[in-house]
Amino acid sequence: MEETYAVEMLHITKKFPGIIANDDVTLRLKKGEIHALLGENGAGKSTLMSVLFGLYKPEEGIIKKDGVEVSINDPNDANDLGIGMVHQHFKLVECFSVLDNIILGAEPVKNGFLKKDEARKKVMDLSTKYGLSIEPDAIVEDITVGMQQRTEILKMLYRDNEILIFDEPTAVLTPQEIKELMDIMRNLKAEGKSILFISHKLNEIMEVSDRCTVLRRGKYVGTVNTCDTSAEELSSMMVGRDVNFHVNKKDSKPGDVVLTVENLTVASNRHKNDAVKNVSFNVKAGEIVCIAGIDGNGQTELVYGLTGLEPIKSGKIKLFDEDITNASIRQKTLKGMAHIPEDRHKHGLVLDFSLEDNFVLQNYFAPEFSSKFFGFMKRDNIRKNAEHIIEKYDVRSGQGPITIVRSMSGGNQQKAIVGREIDRDPELLIAVQPTRGLDVGAIEYIHSQLINQRDHGKAVLLVSLELEEVLDVSDRILVIYEGEIVAEVNPKEVTEEELGLYMAGAKRSEVRS
Amino acid sequence: MKKNILKNEGVQAIIASIICVIVGVLVGYIVLLVINPAGAFDAIVAVLKNFMTYSRPEAQMRYFGNTVVKTIPLLMCSLSILFAYKAGLFNIGAAGQYCVGICACLYAALAWGWGWLPCMILAIVAGCIYGALVGIFKAYFNVNEVISGIMFNWIGLYFTNMVLSNVKDSSSPYTLTLKSTNPDAILPTFGMEQLFNNNQYATIAIPAAIIIAIVIYIILDKTRLGYEIKATGFNKSAAKYAGMAEKKNIIMTLAIAGALAGLGASFLYQTGFEEYIVTSSSVPTMGFNGIAAAFLGGLNPIGAIFSSFFIEHISSGGAYVDKSIYASQISDLIAAVIIYLCGFVFFVKIMMNNAIAKHEQKKLENSKKGEKE
Amino acid sequence: MSLLIQYTLIFASVLLLVALGGCFSEHSGVINLGLEGIMVMGSLGGALVMRFMPNLSAPLMILAVVLGAMLFGLIYSALLGLACINFKADQTIVGTAMNMLATAAATVFVKAMNASINPNDVSSTIQYVEQKKNFLIYFGNFEFNWFMVIAVVALVIAYIVLYKTRFGLRLMACGEHPSAADSVGINVIKMRWAGVLISGLYGGLGGICYILAGVSEWKFENGVAGFGFLALAVMIFGQWKPTKIALAALLFGFFRALSNVYFGFDFLMSLNIPGTVYNMLPYIISLIVLALTSKHSRAPKAEGIPYDKSKR
Repeated sequence: MEETYAVEMLHITKKFPGIIANDDVTLRLKKGEIHALLGENGAGKSTLMSVLFGLYKPEEGIIKKDGVEVSINDPNDANDLGIGMVHQHFKLVECFSVLDNIILGAEPVKNGFLKKDEARKKVMDLSTKYGLSIEPDAIVEDITVGMQQRTEILKMLYRDNEILIFDEPTAVLTPQEIKELMDIMRNLKAEGKSILFISHKLNEIMEVSDRCTVLRRGKYVGTVNTCDTSAEELSSMMVGRDVNFHVNKKDSKPGDVVLTVENLTVASNRHKNDAVKNVSFNVKAGEIVCIAGIDGNGQTELVYGLTGLEPIKSGKIKLFDEDITNASIRQKTLKGMAHIPEDRHKHGLVLDFSLEDNFVLQNYFAPEFSSKFFGFMKRDNIRKNAEHIIEKYDVRSGQGPITIVRSMSGGNQQKAIVGREIDRDPELLIAVQPTRGLDVGAIEYIHSQLINQRDHGKAVLLVSLELEEVLDVSDRILVIYEGEIVAEVNPKEVTEEELGLYMAGAKRSEVRS
Repeated sequence: MKKNILKNEGVQAIIASIICVIVGVLVGYIVLLVINPAGAFDAIVAVLKNFMTYSRPEAQMRYFGNTVVKTIPLLMCSLSILFAYKAGLFNIGAAGQYCVGICACLYAALAWGWGWLPCMILAIVAGCIYGALVGIFKAYFNVNEVISGIMFNWIGLYFTNMVLSNVKDSSSPYTLTLKSTNPDAILPTFGMEQLFNNNQYATIAIPAAIIIAIVIYIILDKTRLGYEIKATGFNKSAAKYAGMAEKKNIIMTLAIAGALAGLGASFLYQTGFEEYIVTSSSVPTMGFNGIAAAFLGGLNPIGAIFSSFFIEHISSGGAYVDKSIYASQISDLIAAVIIYLCGFVFFVKIMMNNAIAKHEQKKLENSKKGEKE
Repeated sequence: MSLLIQYTLIFASVLLLVALGGCFSEHSGVINLGLEGIMVMGSLGGALVMRFMPNLSAPLMILAVVLGAMLFGLIYSALLGLACINFKADQTIVGTAMNMLATAAATVFVKAMNASINPNDVSSTIQYVEQKKNFLIYFGNFEFNWFMVIAVVALVIAYIVLYKTRFGLRLMACGEHPSAADSVGINVIKMRWAGVLISGLYGGLGGICYILAGVSEWKFENGVAGFGFLALAVMIFGQWKPTKIALAALLFGFFRALSNVYFGFDFLMSLNIPGTVYNMLPYIISLIVLALTSKHSRAPKAEGIPYDKSKR
């Protein structure tokens, strides 16, 4: 039987300096199907899509549209071929209206002047046809993430795209919004659109896709019919071995309360409401407490407030018995608070400094590293400190202590931060998404370090978006939803589904504190 | 494997600066050629020769001294700019800080009859406060330091004009000379004049400025303060994360930068080399030429010593062109072109590194092939 | 009083034109700190037209001078575009260099020009006493300058271009979120060039307007006294929006005008404030205004960041 393919990407190889992002990858998208592209972070999914979208030029391989070879050099070419994409990080101009964002780049004009009425009519027609509700005149920065995503989808439909790519579309959505999105995708399929769905979430792929192509470390693993496979099989295809997701750890023995947070409220930088609302909880010595939630529910602001990166509006923070609400970042550090930041490039590292200089970022002024005499830096000690952390935490780099951090891989940069923070032997470690974007080996390593810290009787506050990580590593889970702690649960007693409901704000429980 | 000398950052900076100078001079030459081809070569040579135009060695030494005397304030201004730049701040206000420095030391010397040291200290304090003001606007009101710096420059100019109008003869726009009014305010020569064939303007300022440049180098490279400043300059957010006091650092950095510029003013005007013109309609160019010197010196305090001398050398050299055909501003033009080119330095460095990396990659592949065979 | 209004209007026109120039450049994502230099070049262009075509009729003269100034501004702004858009150079350094270069180059050029015509004339001055009259109409005491109309027209054009055309929508997208613009097939580099070149047109126009404001000859060694930066302050105060920029320009123009005419007001004279204070006033006001507005500024999000395709 002759299959008709909407798009075929055949034997694509794309190299970057030092790595091969796609190594002889083949992907065939049938007309009118939902085709999932599965792989871990760094498996080469995004690169492959960028090739299809004309953002990268592959070294080898060809792309066919409806069986005819085509060359795609930029997004315009992709658009002309009817290929559209919803990017993982939305490509929306925040201060523009929804309507302006949809028409941008494909504006109807007369003599250069915008014909917005015509555009509005077309957009609203599409909105009704596909059940994508939007407010055309709302400013993008004021609307929900869900509506932003619908705006992105309408952008593709407005351009009459036939092939729709969704790059990790569910990462920022609540389970309800995810369900809506699945319905929208089915609708689109029913209207004859072909969909490529990029994800590393197995249950979503199982639910919505017809077929699934798996990538692993840049290589093509295989393509399977979703109805003929299981989540377990997909998982082992993705990781390359049967993984034991569960981290081995002893039971925790919580001790004294280390961190106490009372009625903390933090304003938001992005909208007028408070990002963290009247939150209270504590973290004890020898336990890992995890703040779980969907991205953008106030986790970032909570941590900024705790660490002092942003001022808090009201509330009280105590470390042991001492009130540190108004303490400076430096005082908090000296009293034993360590922080693995969410954004390692923005906060965690000075990329243009050497590795050894980055290792003393918070204690360069200590007598160990700079002398009282005019503040001369003690280079020997700084070097020794670097050699110690590099060895103990297996930080790999080109030139050891004098490597400029910018030149290091993401995983090793993260290891450097983790090593630096843990090596100060903090009483309280705040780790925000410490494994984001890392490969399996590095993730396991960082998890073991967190647990090790706990076993040494220290307190750990983990903020994570990954359900598996939340369930595996933590001893106690606090679920945050729209800036409030809506549940406190024991990871041994809760299921993923239940946790998901809490995270979506669909369920609440009394929070002890 | 032998280390490629071109990979060394210092070497790269020097090469980049030399390229900037060559292109800058070339552009100047082309402009002269366009204006009048006949005398262009002589003119550009005159600019480059400066004091060497004189044939007698004694005269050469003397005018060499003059250039050095004027290099000193330029060096101070360029140190001011590069120090702030290391913290990620563009101190275009150095010109204004220099200007209030003039105001402070001349007024104290001429109106109050202070000695040289108190006058100098007052100039430092004036520049320091003026720099700190820019810092306060940046730290507490988030005002871009370039725009506020320019505003402060103009305010400083009018203020200086107003104050110094009180210490001049009514007939002339120049302030009174120190020599006739208060010789005590003239910086001690410290035997420097003998180095430059009894050039009376060669004072303690010359060794002092060079020592300050070295001190700045040591502060930036070897001390805690330098570490903080560079961390802030490279990544403000990380500096905050590390617990460095961001606002304090911004204000302190600009205060120090201002003090350097203010001291620069004292280093020139307290030699008696020139008087201030109270009808000046533009801010002293010293502060702006300092930008050229700072970047041409590869943002290195030691490099700034040489680049300041070069910039001053061609600026003074401008006076030697045939003014019936060419304007002395040709040297300003060359300096401006050099700053413009300095904007490309970063790009040139990346190009160099890429070229080296490619070259090494090839060598590596070739040697691998060799092993296989 | 009419003198105060007259000066307020003419200085406001200068500031409005230049600030609108800055506005176009920044909406495309490039900070233009070289406006001062662009003004000098624009004024040179206009002055040369007046110098060498002195006998044109009034409308033709205005047209020719405007075109000359705009052309010079346009060409000079290409220096900024080349360095900052194509070579990702530091926008502050390049802007500063352009300001220094413009004054030096204009001086060198005018001196050479004067000397070649009359060997005894080594000044950097161009006179345009007669030519200037073409721009003026007197209503009693009030000296109306056609540039006031030109500024209003420029304002209307800027408003329409930014908010009513495809070009404006795309331009602003490039300054806010260049990779979003890129992803829908907009050429960010091209749009930024357009923004910078338009700022050259406007800045050049502002420059010639500035030297025609008060006097009948111009000495090119003088530069434009920080007006390019005052215009940036006007732009920030106007929150990057043309209509608000116009109001801000009027306010700043008023304070600038005071220094020209304060001695005409008895009550100001009775305050016995030294004249220099009035000279400082526009700069002091702009500092205060910046301090009050900069904290919550709505600057284009991507301004000042060179667009790097490989990072998208």
